[in-house]
Amino acid sequence: MNPLGKKYLRKEALPTIFCPGCGHGTVLNSTLRMLDKVGLENFLFVSGIGCSSWLPVFIKADVLHTLHGRAVAVATGLKLVQPDKKVMVFNGDGDNMAIGGNHFIHAARRNIDITVVMLNNYIYGMTGGQASPGTPLNSKTKTSPYGSHEKPFDAVKLAIGAGATFVARETSASPIKITRTLEKAVNHRGFSFVEIMSQCPTQAGRNIYGKSAPSDIFRILRDSAVSKKDTELLQGQFRTGIFHLDEETPVYSQKIEVAAS
Amino acid sequence: MGASINTKAVVIQGNEASAEGALLAGCTFFAGYPITPATEIAEVMAERMPKVGGIFIQMEDELASINSLIGAAWGGHKALTATSGPGYSLMQEGIGYAAVTETPCVIINVMRGGPSTGQPTMTSQQDVYQAKYGSHGDYEPIVLVPSSAQEALDLTIRAFNLSEKYLVPVTVLTDEVVGHTRERVVIPESPEIYNRVPPPEGEEYLPFRGEEKLGGVPYRANFGEGHNICVDGQLHDEIGMRVGHMVAPSAQLVKRIMAKINDNIDDISDYELYHTDDAEVVVLAYGSTARVALRSVLDARKDGIKAGLIKLKTLFPFPDAMIRNETRSATRVIVPECNAGKICNEVQRVVSVQVESMPKFGGAMHVPSEIFEAIKRS
Repeated sequence: MNPLGKKYLRKEALPTIFCPGCGHGTVLNSTLRMLDKVGLENFLFVSGIGCSSWLPVFIKADVLHTLHGRAVAVATGLKLVQPDKKVMVFNGDGDNMAIGGNHFIHAARRNIDITVVMLNNYIYGMTGGQASPGTPLNSKTKTSPYGSHEKPFDAVKLAIGAGATFVARETSASPIKITRTLEKAVNHRGFSFVEIMSQCPTQAGRNIYGKSAPSDIFRILRDSAVSKKDTELLQGQFRTGIFHLDEETPVYSQKIEVAAS
Repeated sequence: MGASINTKAVVIQGNEASAEGALLAGCTFFAGYPITPATEIAEVMAERMPKVGGIFIQMEDELASINSLIGAAWGGHKALTATSGPGYSLMQEGIGYAAVTETPCVIINVMRGGPSTGQPTMTSQQDVYQAKYGSHGDYEPIVLVPSSAQEALDLTIRAFNLSEKYLVPVTVLTDEVVGHTRERVVIPESPEIYNRVPPPEGEEYLPFRGEEKLGGVPYRANFGEGHNICVDGQLHDEIGMRVGHMVAPSAQLVKRIMAKINDNIDDISDYELYHTDDAEVVVLAYGSTARVALRSVLDARKDGIKAGLIKLKTLFPFPDAMIRNETRSATRVIVPECNAGKICNEVQRVVSVQVESMPKFGGAMHVPSEIFEAIKRS
């Protein structure tokens, strides 16, 4: 095992539940590299339900693997009583934008000083490939057999609109960028949001892409990511990078300190 | 949990008394969402929390409220929320999570009439089964039922103590009448307080192992103390790793979280007995109805009728043995309650004598003469 894995992974939780070729494993790898730099002892983790939410369970740290959609609400309570810790949430597109959408936008609005990492694989993977609020329009899934009629959320715009003060997007095809962006996100004081487009060869592969080789999906993701700001987006493409940074808005806990003094 | 000698008396409403009880118990985190008839508790906490260095947060809904309590509890704090019917329904998901992860927290449900949005400003006792069975799956919650502003304070302190001792979500079921009645309340200066027991230093710590020394309850370290705890709503082993796909360890966890409550029923139970020694007719009541029932029983005694009262202050776990014992001389048991007759079913399950339900609908309360007449009827 990679020495970082040996150092930071929770032995008794292994092997991971991720399918071969899943992008979430890459994100875990990139996260460990970030934690190695920033210091794991400074972190507490919270996650919801879904493939994505297993990610922190494999990290040797204090972890709350909570209910579907509720991770951000749990993290809010945890951060307010442990303000010196960095609280990091891992959730998925369904977790964060459907069942937990309300908690997400309100934590962003309050500028709670936590980092939410949303792994967007376009689909509910754990339940077998149903449409999510991240599923692209017209995609066939198990619950949209004639093509999804619903436009997906643009999570980045949603986060900015709700008041998040650090907003970024990366893909599991660019692991080094993930590490760098996560480092900036966890060091940002305020609500930071990182959407990571993550390849799901099993469920998104079978249902949405019509191909299941991890390398194929990886290539699609890599080629869909546009980091240049002024390039026009083609069908299916999305922008990556840091889109929004606001270091002026006070974080929620600061306001409490003011009220108490 | 006796009060110290240094006390002061005030006139406050039940909801304010609940908040005072929470503060005395050491509550330092409150999250809630406005709802009639519970809102005053949040209002008091909003004002007081910053003054005691605690956190008050108005969340976006009751799902968020209960879940933020779970985060705060694992962060080492004593956490409270307060709500009523519809909000309590939303909280059930989180209550189940707290039960299986053994997260201490306290929920005050100031009962109003239901179902649904029901009767926001009227009293009821319709949520008694929800407090016991509201979340899915097998678990054993603790449910306390105050009948006055004083008991709202005392039982809120007790709720925190039991929650910390048994690592379980505790519901304080008050009702609109208890919550909004202003009356004399004696505020104890330094009530007895129980805190979660940290793991002994130098020993291997298994965060979900029931300890014989603690009556089957685990030791509890908090997040940030270096124990690398994994908390999971999926059924888990003593370390915290998921075992939901395996029969034996899954059964072991569920049996343990139920046994730690049921095996300690004598410690958890709290009740008052009036003239049950020789009673031929026993009234069993709880919450605001118990105050009416007491008057009826005392009136009956004046008339020479051998009546007695069992007043429950702990509703669940249900004190089967005590009730069986205290009704041994009775030929009839009467159960007045502001619902369709729910706890009456529990009493029927426990005793072999005739049990009569006195349900009450529409947000009304029983009047003493009603219960008195029922006692007289034989």
